[in-house]
Amino acid sequence: MNITMQTGGDSLVIDGVALNSRLIMGTGGAPSLEGLGAALLASGTELTTVALRRHSAGAAGSLFELLVDHGIRVLTNTAGCFTAREAVMTAELAREALETDWVKLEVIADEQTLLPDAVELVDATEQLVARGFKVFAYTNDDPVLALRLEHLGAVAVMPLGAPIGTGLGILNPHNIELIVARAGVPVVLDAGIGTASDAALAMELGCDAVLLATAVTRAQDPARMAEAFKHAVIAGRLASQAGRIPKREHAFASSAMEGRPDL
Amino acid sequence: MTETPLAAISMNGSVRALAPGETITDLVSELTGRSIAADGTSTDGRRLGVAVARNAAVVPRSQWASTTLTPGDDIEIVTAVQGG
Repeated sequence: MNITMQTGGDSLVIDGVALNSRLIMGTGGAPSLEGLGAALLASGTELTTVALRRHSAGAAGSLFELLVDHGIRVLTNTAGCFTAREAVMTAELAREALETDWVKLEVIADEQTLLPDAVELVDATEQLVARGFKVFAYTNDDPVLALRLEHLGAVAVMPLGAPIGTGLGILNPHNIELIVARAGVPVVLDAGIGTASDAALAMELGCDAVLLATAVTRAQDPARMAEAFKHAVIAGRLASQAGRIPKREHAFASSAMEGRPDL
Repeated sequence: MTETPLAAISMNGSVRALAPGETITDLVSELTGRSIAADGTSTDGRRLGVAVARNAAVVPRSQWASTTLTPGDDIEIVTAVQGG
């Protein structure tokens, strides 16, 4: 499928960079690098998250090479950070290692919920923006917090649909719509996506992109699920732009009564 | 008479013996199995994708070759792995 068919010339622009796919992929949970590569290609993604961890001997940074080889832009996350201090240090290391100032900022409160810690998140966003980072802020589905992060200089806000890895879908569609309605930066629905219809819904709600990992990497057939998400994101985006019909209380005939023969 | 304790550093959480004059470049080369030029890039022309923290401060790749290690240094060498 060529780029025009994929997006209809409707690029996602973040920090001045145009992306032809509105599906941002995570890489966590894939059992093999080959399978992951196939899924990333099938998804059509142009931006993919990675985590930063200790280099183990022999590992040879092969995930990074895979992404470079496929021409996929890298977005490092700060997964596993519980404080602003840890997140800032991780971002600094990521910038040095991967030569990008884009960072997906995750500052979580605890391992049970993996929910963002709003106070640390705000602190880290402020510090990272001051250090020249382009912050993609992973946030709660809280319209007030999302707007606060934007005002602090985040280049994108990424509200969760549901807690990471749950596959529960979008638990509070109304809040996501509110976040979208007030945002001046791209809104990326991140976390909680379970299947293709969840991604389509996110786009129908007005989100600019969807980020997911587990839903693909832990699916029985990751590459096929990745392709499903590619189409779901495109379909949801088109539907969002097309303007859906209002919901009605009662039926509304689509065939005119006028000219009906007397039978 | 006590033996002179061997000089050692911590590298990614493990104790590693330190020879006199060793630099961060030596550690990165050892861990990645790649040859590292004086400017901190890989001599094979491919991006290295590695960052180094020494005692909780990032050491830019341009300073790896000139950073001689001191016994007791705490070195973290990180790279991109699968995640979120």
